[in-house]
Amino acid sequence: MTTKLRNLFAIGASAFLLAACQGENAGDSSEGAGDSNDTDTEETADFKLGMVTDEGGVDDRSFNQSGWEGMQAWAEEHGVDDSAVKYYQSDDAADFVPNLNQAIQDQYDIIYGVGFQLSDAVTQVADANPDQHFGIVDAVVEKDNVVSLNFRDNEAAYLVGVAAAHTTETDKVGFIGGIAGPVIDKFEAGFVAGVESVDPEIEIDIQYAESFSDAAIGQQIAAGMYSSGADVIYHASGAVGNGVFTEATDRMESGSENQLWVIGVDRDQEELGEYADGNLTLTSSLKGVGTAIQLASNQAMEEGFPGGENLVYGLAEDGVGITEGNMSEDAWAAVEEARQQILDGEIEVPEAPEAE
Amino acid sequence: MQLIRQHKKWLNSLLVPGLSIVFGFIFGAILMIAFGYNPIIAYDAMISGVFASPYFIGEALRQATALTFTGLGFALAFKAGFFNIGIAGQALAGWVSAIWFALAFPDLPRIILVTLSIGVGILVGALWASIAGVLRAYFGTSEVIVTIMLNYTALQITNFLIRDVLSESGNTTESVGENASLSIGWLSTLTQSSRLNLGFFLAIVVVILYWIFMTRTTAGFEIRAVGLNPYASTYAGMSAEKNIILSMFLSGGLAGLGGAIHGLGTFGNIFTQGGLPDIGFNGIAVALLGLSNPIGIFFSSILFGVLDIGAGFMPNRAGVPDEMADIVTSAIIFFVGANYIIRYFVDKRTAKKEAASSTKGGDV
Repeated sequence: MTTKLRNLFAIGASAFLLAACQGENAGDSSEGAGDSNDTDTEETADFKLGMVTDEGGVDDRSFNQSGWEGMQAWAEEHGVDDSAVKYYQSDDAADFVPNLNQAIQDQYDIIYGVGFQLSDAVTQVADANPDQHFGIVDAVVEKDNVVSLNFRDNEAAYLVGVAAAHTTETDKVGFIGGIAGPVIDKFEAGFVAGVESVDPEIEIDIQYAESFSDAAIGQQIAAGMYSSGADVIYHASGAVGNGVFTEATDRMESGSENQLWVIGVDRDQEELGEYADGNLTLTSSLKGVGTAIQLASNQAMEEGFPGGENLVYGLAEDGVGITEGNMSEDAWAAVEEARQQILDGEIEVPEAPEAE
Repeated sequence: MQLIRQHKKWLNSLLVPGLSIVFGFIFGAILMIAFGYNPIIAYDAMISGVFASPYFIGEALRQATALTFTGLGFALAFKAGFFNIGIAGQALAGWVSAIWFALAFPDLPRIILVTLSIGVGILVGALWASIAGVLRAYFGTSEVIVTIMLNYTALQITNFLIRDVLSESGNTTESVGENASLSIGWLSTLTQSSRLNLGFFLAIVVVILYWIFMTRTTAGFEIRAVGLNPYASTYAGMSAEKNIILSMFLSGGLAGLGGAIHGLGTFGNIFTQGGLPDIGFNGIAVALLGLSNPIGIFFSSILFGVLDIGAGFMPNRAGVPDEMADIVTSAIIFFVGANYIIRYFVDKRTAKKEAASSTKGGDV
């Protein structure tokens, strides 16, 4: 029997040996990268960007991912390799500050905190490192070394609300929010106003997942909404929305009586809505986290860092938007009309839901 | 001879967690190789990332502080024969109540405010866990199910309190004042302003107190006796109800203490939670790895703290996803859970040796 134990050790030891052999090959390239970190001047990219995600993680297919895609696009635009942009994932709120500090250690010109959850952490770290430039998305941090990027999400939510109202056949739609608070309030308020602008009789079921990461809860809430007759659900809940799409595609594939729709958020979520016989992503409200990061970074490179400023992006600035998706022509025409009205200032979209 | 035997037993009990850790790392390495990553670079990034800078050592110890408390909390109930899965919820209850108290009385002198805030955290955590204890003692409900459900209740109540009581429909409360801060000037300076705080020393004190309580007091003895054999201890005149409730009360108190320290020390405020805090379930893992021994828990929480903080270095310095660190941690827990495999081999070996030495002759 001891031989078995010994064998186990042997397997382990050989694994390490194997790793050591690999190490020699891989070592060279990674050492190169390590050196360039230390001697900043020799770096191919003189300007580097880092970002720290919130709890959703970088592959949430929504908010964080949009930010990361923007940074990658920025790297491409400037013809620098991927080492110029990096992300740091946070699994827990306790990781925010260490991740920001790690990014500072790795020397980036601007470090973006993606998500309002990071505003305290960014404030704290920005105080301690006055020479380091930071960015914060979806919150305002009033410091000379921090640029705040905010979005009029309510305008895009209004437009998807119009689309939902023109699409629903059951006269019942659903809204699933992530964690209730000022940011998601904008989505809720905009969506509700959009739906009601078309037909105040349409029933809107509003629920919160109290999470931005738990897809299982999203699926549960969606199941409840579809079962009670809603046929269009708009989610503003990060990775929770993945569960909403799962529930909708499951139902469609197992032969749902009526056509179910999901409205995506933050980036074009069309690929999530694919099922056997088609696509059930009605449309997606777009939030240009990536674009905003790109623009702010370019501004910092060319004109100097816009520290202390709060840059707000709305429909007019192309910071938020809506995809045509699988909307009917009528719905799209109505959306176009509403968009023009917002641009002309004829409609003012509320930022917070009406008090109950 | 007796002394040597005892010494050996002590070594043996170290063997299981020790081997589990080694196997966990080996398992992680094999997996990394299978996916084309280099485990040596990954582990190097993780370890040197933490130990190269006082800041990250401080952060790892800070993480370990909270885990020590929640680990001790789980271990105490475990010794009494209960699975307190509600550590996370109790920690959250301790966190929100400590912050609440600190915000409500910002002008008290620091020593009083800190003591009372932590005390409130302990008490609320303890009472929250006692709900499960009372239900178990008088109605025989499963403490596993009740504590799991209480976790979600605690989560939703906490988010409600933050949104509607502690702030005006915001996602975070204000920060507690200087008077409720746990930070110690020289410690922050020493660790390049990491968030390592007073709680670390408190953890060491509590580890010692826990050991004294469990091994040197009647109450601690009764809790252990109930855990070993509830029927025999009832027969011996110990009250089963009393011990169930007491052990859940103390277990929740320790979890609440962990939450209060985590809240006051790490954040200084509380914000709406997307899920239960990690320190709860990681505390359970720490207790299992530490084999419910206070010293073991202390060191395994440091290991978990280092793994946790070190994991952040793996993606950018080694190109390995930080989920790998989670896999290593889970593999370690798996091997601890499957310790009978390790024990089986160890016992076989010692049995063989003893058999061999006894046939050899009588000089032993």
